[in-house]
Amino acid sequence: MKIGALKETQEGEARVAVTPSSAAHLQKLGHEVFVQSGAGIAAGFSDDAYRNAGVTVEKTAAALTKAVDVVAKVRAPSEAEIKRMHDGQTLISFFYPAQNQQLLELAKDQGVTTIAMDMVPRISRAQKMDALSSMANIAGYRAVIEAANNFGRFFTGQVTAAGKVPPAKVLVVGAGVAGLAAIGAAVSLGAQVYAFDVRPEVAEQIESMGAEFVYLDFEETQTDGAATGGYAAPSSPEFREKQLEKFRELAPQMDIVITTALIPGRDAPKLWTKDMVEAMKTGSVIVDLAAERGGNCDLTVPDQRIVTDNGVVIIGYTDFPSRMGAQSSELYGNNIRHFMADLTPKKDGVIAHNMEDDVIRGATVTHDHEITYPPPPPKIAAIAAQKPKEKKKELTPEERRAAEAAAFKAETRSQLMLLGGGGILLLLVGLVAPASFMSHFIVFVLACFVGFRVIWNVAHSLHTPLMAITNAISSIIILGALMQIGSGSWLVVILAALAVLMAGVNIFGGFMVTRRMLAMFQKS
Amino acid sequence: MEMGFTTAAYVVAAILFILSLGGLSGQESAKRAIWYGIVGMALAVVATLFGPGSGNWLLSVIMIAAGGAVGWVVAKRVQMTEMPQLVAAMHSLVGLAAVFVGLNAQLEMGRVVRAMANGTAEGFRGFAEVLTHKTPAELNMLQIEVFLGVFIGAVTFTGSIVAFGKLAGRISGTPKKLPGGHLLNAAAAAGSLILGLLYCADIGPGMLWLLLIMLLAFFIGWHLIMGIGGADMPVVVSMLNSYSGWAAAAIGFTLSNDLLIVTGALVGSSGAILSYIMCKAMNRNFVSVILGGFGGETGPAAAIEGEQIAIDADGVAAALNEADSVIIVPGYGMAVAQAQGAVSELTRKLRAAGKEVRFAIHPVAGRLPGHMNVLLAEAKVPYDIVLEMDEINEDFPSTDVVIIIGSNDIVNPAAQDDPNSPIAGMPVLEVWKAKQVFVSKRGQGTGYSGIENPLFFKDNTRMFYGDAKDSVNKLLPMID
Repeated sequence: MKIGALKETQEGEARVAVTPSSAAHLQKLGHEVFVQSGAGIAAGFSDDAYRNAGVTVEKTAAALTKAVDVVAKVRAPSEAEIKRMHDGQTLISFFYPAQNQQLLELAKDQGVTTIAMDMVPRISRAQKMDALSSMANIAGYRAVIEAANNFGRFFTGQVTAAGKVPPAKVLVVGAGVAGLAAIGAAVSLGAQVYAFDVRPEVAEQIESMGAEFVYLDFEETQTDGAATGGYAAPSSPEFREKQLEKFRELAPQMDIVITTALIPGRDAPKLWTKDMVEAMKTGSVIVDLAAERGGNCDLTVPDQRIVTDNGVVIIGYTDFPSRMGAQSSELYGNNIRHFMADLTPKKDGVIAHNMEDDVIRGATVTHDHEITYPPPPPKIAAIAAQKPKEKKKELTPEERRAAEAAAFKAETRSQLMLLGGGGILLLLVGLVAPASFMSHFIVFVLACFVGFRVIWNVAHSLHTPLMAITNAISSIIILGALMQIGSGSWLVVILAALAVLMAGVNIFGGFMVTRRMLAMFQKS
Repeated sequence: MEMGFTTAAYVVAAILFILSLGGLSGQESAKRAIWYGIVGMALAVVATLFGPGSGNWLLSVIMIAAGGAVGWVVAKRVQMTEMPQLVAAMHSLVGLAAVFVGLNAQLEMGRVVRAMANGTAEGFRGFAEVLTHKTPAELNMLQIEVFLGVFIGAVTFTGSIVAFGKLAGRISGTPKKLPGGHLLNAAAAAGSLILGLLYCADIGPGMLWLLLIMLLAFFIGWHLIMGIGGADMPVVVSMLNSYSGWAAAAIGFTLSNDLLIVTGALVGSSGAILSYIMCKAMNRNFVSVILGGFGGETGPAAAIEGEQIAIDADGVAAALNEADSVIIVPGYGMAVAQAQGAVSELTRKLRAAGKEVRFAIHPVAGRLPGHMNVLLAEAKVPYDIVLEMDEINEDFPSTDVVIIIGSNDIVNPAAQDDPNSPIAGMPVLEVWKAKQVFVSKRGQGTGYSGIENPLFFKDNTRMFYGDAKDSVNKLLPMID
């Protein structure tokens, strides 16, 4: 098949869907690769570079579209671009089908098979084609670089001959891919990084990147990210309030705030309000990675860098990946070629659009004159649901009291039953047994009781000595033999003497081995 | 001496015994506790010898001295690995002594009753004199007590002998039963109960009934313990320990001796608690242990994939030299191979190299409760690095190397993973969570329960075949 990359029409877009290196890989799959003249210029790939890689360069977008079977793009296509395409062609690009309903209809009417790179499901197998992640990674890194560029101080703390420099304090809101990349970049620049996310399970990832997780003292079971494909879900108003309160508390201390909070299919949540901006120090920088979707900060102006009255810089660029065109083209190009590899399983240059495949099915939004968006849920769960951590639930004082009372009641009941049962049994025995027996019986019961109490405290490691010593003292039976040995009957005397002999062996042997054993136990 | 003085001595002895058992809560206080026991025993014996109602004390002293000498020699000579069988053997002595004392009580009672009938009650001394003061109802009670004492004593006697034989390897450790199995036991128990009723109701020749009861109880003890496998011996030994206590208590009732009752009850409850702890550690109930063998399988055990990968001493030594934290899990195999000295030396070397070395002891490791602790103590392994299962189980994931020496079922992950496994639900040491596990084992056989151990097939497990002692000795020169 023939694959061709269009030159991006959006102003300032530096990325390109196919790079010379990814073209080489595509050719190995048996495809022929085309590119529109000048498509890679902004990303640093000249037409000659493409030609050297064996790519055919077409003059115009129209010529390219006509020449190829698969059109690759970065940004969502314009209506004109789709209209140029014809039945049976395939388009691969970011598409955002939820927001671009009209484009979707158009693609369907044109008979174009559309693969939306932003719809690649988040499963392990599809990670190599997850363009959102690779772009987010770049955006996160770039956000820190932009912030550093606009921040008039060091990120790292230093003690110099000229004086002490405190480290910059960076708050990253939203620890998705972009957030984690930002944390990594900021930490490696030497800043002191704090991070927040509504998904409690990412705390570990945040800490693994070297940042400090900002804990919210909130008792609500947050939706596990695993249930929503690894993305955050909208939170309750109470939770939001609590969150804002925490941010308000942090705002005056922070030098850099990088917000990356996005909820799939919705406008960005407003997390950094006007009063927080006002509370920040002069010279602080806010980088709003959600600017394209309205921004996490109230004052963000998309695509602009503004300075507020109190001297806080707010960066609302929406083209962070594009600002690193070479890098993002390379990664995006690789994402595309990995996707193509899945589309051509036999590596023979024939595309087999397998709608049974979770990844292909998920990313395909129009196919065969039909809209196939939204896809059914993938057969494999995106991320293994986290086992609920065995956290000791903090009980309220009332609950604790109630639980204690219940436990106390149960214990009382079982003790009463035991005592009652035992008492009745004793009374029954007492009814028939003679008084002298009962007096001994009381001693017996009490001794059992004491025994149970005492033995529970014996250390496990001393169980063998315990057996030896109980063995020794159980030869107290010698007393019985001693009392009988004085009898007049010779038979009794012989039996008693034997009993004394055996008990004697036991007494000396038992105590002796116990002593030997105990003497061996020593501390290090 | 007066009766009052003897009773006072008994009270003191009883308190000393309680203190003695209570002192075993810690290693240091235990060394004092043993003296409480010795003094209590001495006091009780002396008070009885010179107290009222005794006689023939020369013979008594000679017998005690002779018995003491034998006990002393045996206790001096016994190897620490032979401790389980020694304890079992000693239980049998208590059991037999209880039988003799019970028979004597019957003989004396017969004599006294006959004499009283003839009106010649004067010439009695000692125990017989006590009997003359009894009312018929009390005599009846006495018979019940004698019956219980003889029965329990006899079961303890033969049971302990069989346990001794199994532990010493003189009888095969596999469960054996006569045709009829537990029905035979039940029949014997029912038979003794009927004979007991006949005996207590004074129907027919009492002495004969008592002897028959004794024989039946001998059979029960023998057959019951024969049917229990070697690995269940910790439960059996503590159970017999308990029985010897109850036998003493029953005899105490017979003789109206409170000290016997108190001590018997202490020993009896101690053994009962130990049995309970052992059963709990194996996740089995007491009845199923006593009925012997493992229960019928509930389904096919999960198949194990993978293979056992062997490793030589060089590989183990290299891993040990790199590790920071090491946990050693000893089992019965260590005792069999007498490897505790070599293990101790290995521990010393590793500790000298600045590594953290600890021991994880499963409650049923070995053949006696606390068996491993005693062996390690003998080999001079400090007791503060020897930890119980509950104390150490959480530390395995952060451990570099685990060495398993001669244990199998207590580290079997099937107990947690495979609901069909015969040992499902038994608490086990989670050794497989460590970074690397070495298993020192003689060959590819299964453990006592006869089930495969998936641990040996895990990726992080390496099998270090060979005799435990030789294997560890081979490691020693390579540790630096």
